[in-house]
Amino acid sequence: MADLIVTLLKVAFLAVLWLFVLLVANVIRTDLFRAAPAGVPGDAKDKRAARSPEPRKRSKHEAKVLAIDTGPQAGTRLALVDEFRIGRSAECALVLDDDYVSGDHASLARRANGDWVVTDLGSTNGTFVNEVRVVTPTVVTASDSLRIGRTQMRLET
Amino acid sequence: MSATALSTGEVVVHKSRPAVGLLLLLLAQAVGISGYLLTHLDVDGHLPGAWPYVLAAWFAVGLATHFVVTRKLPYADPVLLPATFLLVGLGLAMIHRIDLIADPARSDAQTQSLWVVLGIAAAIAVILLVKDYRILRRYPYLLFLAGLVLLLLPLTPLGVELNGSRIWIRVFGYSFQPAEVAKLVLSLAFAGYLAETKDVLAMAGPKVLGFTLPRARDLGPIAVMWVASMLVLIYQKDLGTSMLFFGLFVAMVYLATGRSSWVILGGLLFAAGGWFAYQRFAYVGVRVSSWLDPFSNYDTNYQVIQAQFGFAYGGLLGRGWGLGRPGLTPLAKSDFITAAIGEELGAVGLMAVILVYGIIVARGLRTALSCTEPFGKLLSAGLSLVFALQVFAIIGGVTRLLPLTGLTTPFMSQGGSSMVANWLVMAVMLLVSHEARRPVAVRVDEGDVASLSADATQVIMLRPSQSPRPEPRTASSPALPDDHEPPARALPDPDDAEATAAFTPGDETSTSTATRPITTDPDEPTQLYRFDQEEL
Repeated sequence: MADLIVTLLKVAFLAVLWLFVLLVANVIRTDLFRAAPAGVPGDAKDKRAARSPEPRKRSKHEAKVLAIDTGPQAGTRLALVDEFRIGRSAECALVLDDDYVSGDHASLARRANGDWVVTDLGSTNGTFVNEVRVVTPTVVTASDSLRIGRTQMRLET
Repeated sequence: MSATALSTGEVVVHKSRPAVGLLLLLLAQAVGISGYLLTHLDVDGHLPGAWPYVLAAWFAVGLATHFVVTRKLPYADPVLLPATFLLVGLGLAMIHRIDLIADPARSDAQTQSLWVVLGIAAAIAVILLVKDYRILRRYPYLLFLAGLVLLLLPLTPLGVELNGSRIWIRVFGYSFQPAEVAKLVLSLAFAGYLAETKDVLAMAGPKVLGFTLPRARDLGPIAVMWVASMLVLIYQKDLGTSMLFFGLFVAMVYLATGRSSWVILGGLLFAAGGWFAYQRFAYVGVRVSSWLDPFSNYDTNYQVIQAQFGFAYGGLLGRGWGLGRPGLTPLAKSDFITAAIGEELGAVGLMAVILVYGIIVARGLRTALSCTEPFGKLLSAGLSLVFALQVFAIIGGVTRLLPLTGLTTPFMSQGGSSMVANWLVMAVMLLVSHEARRPVAVRVDEGDVASLSADATQVIMLRPSQSPRPEPRTASSPALPDDHEPPARALPDPDDAEATAAFTPGDETSTSTATRPITTDPDEPTQLYRFDQEEL
């Protein structure tokens, strides 16, 4: 084959290879920016999120204490740290002496904006926020009740 | 590290993007197949007779994989699969190209294609069988043991020594590199173990010179890993594998705890082992001399020198497919496939390949960032890191940035066990990324809770008379709003994937509290409200 064609094909191949890289870069870029932050009002794509009710008033102050109200350890109060796990096993930061609690039941973590998020770690009996079983990370505030097994607790500021 | 686990701030909703993934996949596959076609055009001057079949089979495999992945994991990262196919395609084309050098031409590329299909089949099996990757965290110690056995299996009589390293085993006439599978198994084990114990590892320990040293009893796992990697270094004579596994463990401990003392300790331990090996074992000395001063001994460092000549001959744009002489480098199909790429595609092509590896690693780390639970975070980050370490070690070795270590080039170099193992790694990365990018429904409806009580799972229903929230007892409690109703949320329709959005805790206090009845079609991919009713 003519040298010119060989060279052209060679360069065209490299161009396609780099086209792939650039397209991937573009996909990553749109992935970052087209993926709308949920719940931004006025974003047409997220009408549903914007419409979603947010009946709780957020407390002005950040929660600092976890208070246990019912259950075997009622009355216990625990100063909150950034992220900890709740469960029956000794490895948890908050060990609940409650037969209805799984070994590694749930985790409570603080987001950067000060919200506390409870995550069920695949427990048998579930984690309940305001008596609603939560399956995904859920924000809890001082006005929510959190129940794990027979232990009812809430955040206090 | 643990404090930042959930501090990503605003919730980002990823969209299922099958069309974009398909476009990228077709382009990636086109790159691979045009390598094959260009090779024949340049070598023979015409296309091979079988090319339509090769093309059809190649695209059929890609489309089938794409179909299964988008069907089962609609939210998985759209970039991972195309990037993998690009590397696989380039690798196959290059192996085929080197096959043609021998007279008569060899058929290693056909064998390798078979392994690619097997690897994809294994990956698809994992995707279909593992509904929730979190079940993989259940048996960390068992997996740890299995990983160690795999890692040290070549030391048993099953092992065979090839090219100076004892990292293969031979069963029923097939040789197999168990360390490749151990990579995945140990990543799973470490992720499971560290997700459990990271708090303990991070908190406890005496402080010496400003470093929080780990406690003596926490040193057990790191000691076991160190001994295992030293055994690999000494008895299997494989620097790369030894570094890979110890590096994986140290990196994951660091990720989980955020304590730099682990990294320093691990680095010192490995440096000590490496220095000892350098003093005692000739093969390490050879590796170091071929790295620093290859031309001091042309015969011993023949392979590395040939690779250098290959890179030089390739130059910036390369010789073009089929026009270089990659066959002059020993093991050009396996360890030195990047040298062949550098020779025929040039620095420009090799940079693109390295970037594609970088993209895979970056997407894995991105998955780890958006994942909301520690096991997925650690698993995804660990797999990406071990992948990055492997690519860095082998390409760095071939290009003489580092001493050469006999690792495989993931997805490209010839070798069945590596191909299958890396496809399994890819399957797990896709599983985690699907879970991490899936929109979250924040609440489930009461109806679901009620229906659960009819099931065998033990759901404790509180007495209906009990107030959902006890009265505030202390003066420091805030004034609470009057309504004690659980907040009802509008739940997105399952059939409207585009609008399926996660909720951010916004400040708005809308009053439309209509709760939709949930009609979950089990065949819909966006089943956000079903429970995983697993027993503990």
